Amino acid sequence: MRICVVGCGAVGSLFAAHLAQLEDVEVWAYDAYREHVDAINAEGLRLSGAGDVVGRMRATTDPAELPPCDFGIVATKAMHTSAAIAATAHAFAGGCVATVQNGLGNEEAIAEFAANVIRGTTFPAGKLLAPGHVQWDVRGDTTLGPFEPSPAPFAEVERLADACTRGGMPTKAVRDARGPQWRKVIFNAATNPIGALTGLTHGRVCERPDLRLLVSGLVDEGKAVAAAQDIELDADPEDLIDHAAKPEVAYDHKASMLQDVEARRTTEIAYLNGGIVRFGREHDVPTPLNQAIWALVKGVEQSWTK
Amino acid sequence: MRIVVAGAGTIGSLLAGHLARVADVAVLTRRPEHARALNEHGLRVSGRSDFTARLRAATDPEELAGAELVIVACKGGDLEPLAEELAGRFAGATLMTVQNGLGAEDVIAARGSWPILSAVTFMSGTRHADDHVEYVLDTATWIGPYRGTTGADAEAVAELIRSAGLQAEAFDDLRPTQWSKLVFNATVNTVAALTGLPHDFHFAEGELGSLVHALVDEGKAVATAAGVTLREDPWEMNVHATRRGHAHYPSMLEDVTAHRPTEIELITGSLMREAGRHGVAVPLHTALYSLVKAKEACYS
Repeated sequence: MRICVVGCGAVGSLFAAHLAQLEDVEVWAYDAYREHVDAINAEGLRLSGAGDVVGRMRATTDPAELPPCDFGIVATKAMHTSAAIAATAHAFAGGCVATVQNGLGNEEAIAEFAANVIRGTTFPAGKLLAPGHVQWDVRGDTTLGPFEPSPAPFAEVERLADACTRGGMPTKAVRDARGPQWRKVIFNAATNPIGALTGLTHGRVCERPDLRLLVSGLVDEGKAVAAAQDIELDADPEDLIDHAAKPEVAYDHKASMLQDVEARRTTEIAYLNGGIVRFGREHDVPTPLNQAIWALVKGVEQSWTK
Repeated sequence: MRIVVAGAGTIGSLLAGHLARVADVAVLTRRPEHARALNEHGLRVSGRSDFTARLRAATDPEELAGAELVIVACKGGDLEPLAEELAGRFAGATLMTVQNGLGAEDVIAARGSWPILSAVTFMSGTRHADDHVEYVLDTATWIGPYRGTTGADAEAVAELIRSAGLQAEAFDDLRPTQWSKLVFNATVNTVAALTGLPHDFHFAEGELGSLVHALVDEGKAVATAAGVTLREDPWEMNVHATRRGHAHYPSMLEDVTAHRPTEIELITGSLMREAGRHGVAVPLHTALYSLVKAKEACYS
């Protein structure tokens, strides 16, 4: 089985390095970051932190080098999905393409270039420390399921999930993978931008009663949009938010969007709150708070380019 | 005519400097070094005007007794202590508040029986030093009667300000203008403070334009419920201001950039209190209020 990870940042690297442990899987990594690719080819891809793993694989910045693959795993930031899949789609002409990205709309973007698409949501996280070296911060599960408008055959979804699990990334194949995806999107959309706009860590956001109310307002809109699509959330985002606010969990965690804003990098707001707004419009569910938050973070991004 | 300007931030400095050309002006400051700088160097006004005004300054109101007009132009957070200082002084003077938000007049009115005028200003400037202010936007100051005063009293002060080289207009009822500015400010200041954007074209188009429009609509609903007919449509004020070709940095944006306390309580807080009083829901203003408060809490 040949699998290509498209976008080998922190999350892509977790999948690539684990899958490379398997004898029956040949792993390729496609990424635009030249030093990272060179380091992977020279020394392998190293994970440290929650576990120590070194994966040997072929990495390239040139999509033309990619051989035909059974699976693609897209793990770019959401704003790079279309460009990444457009460049690599030829390698997946006979295969299936899964997304393990944040936000809403990635499956739709992939389906413009690939016939067999797998919806995915993953909770593990990390960060790129140096070329070829990723810090693995958080372990967690991944859920995969066919993307209904352009579905991959369920047997293929199961085959990919099985490979990920055997490689050390616990992954479930389910018929409807929207529940975990929306649970994660709602959680992220309700908390990440609040941290980004105020500068507060997750725990400090949650201990301000008026901000916690705003978070709940954002969650409620997301839940209403999910309900309008008959999506059953696999857990209540409110419980996850309170859990994450505990000192021993993620009280001091700076949301990735706050890190993006501090580094003046484009955020994923358009695929989180923006995604909830778009799906809300399609299903006639008003989402004024998500719309406001989307506009504000977009405004923050616009303030850098003047 | 003897005038005391109490509080010499940007607006107070612009008023004091210009009025000193046509009246006997003294400035009441909080900091002694501020008063010293003004007494030693005068007040330089640059930008749309260009002159140095000679005026007196002091931190003790006793030294400035005998004024006929006291203009209260301090930052919102300084209003209570300043009102305390004015109590029992300046008998015979008319007091005029030039403050953001609503309710400054009541804070002053509670401290003495002076006749009171109420004013809102749209002019703007940049304070470069204690003794140097730049006059940037020559938009008007609007004045109306509040307690024990008439439209004619407002007109007399407006005429004085005009003769000093600034724009001013008098009204028999200031509430329609005051509320126009309140809704405009609550919207533009908070959005600027949270995004870091000066008041430019982004406020009139796209996603951010939609948010600005929705915030204005909430504010208009509160005005309607309070029985106030707005003099100007805050959305049109917004669009007009973004087309001036000069991107203004609203004071709340300057405050959060400098990690100073903002006027959120006076501006959006006023609007929310009115909304609560009249049973109007303002979820977006409430959200932005919470975000700005949290941003202030994050300074340290």
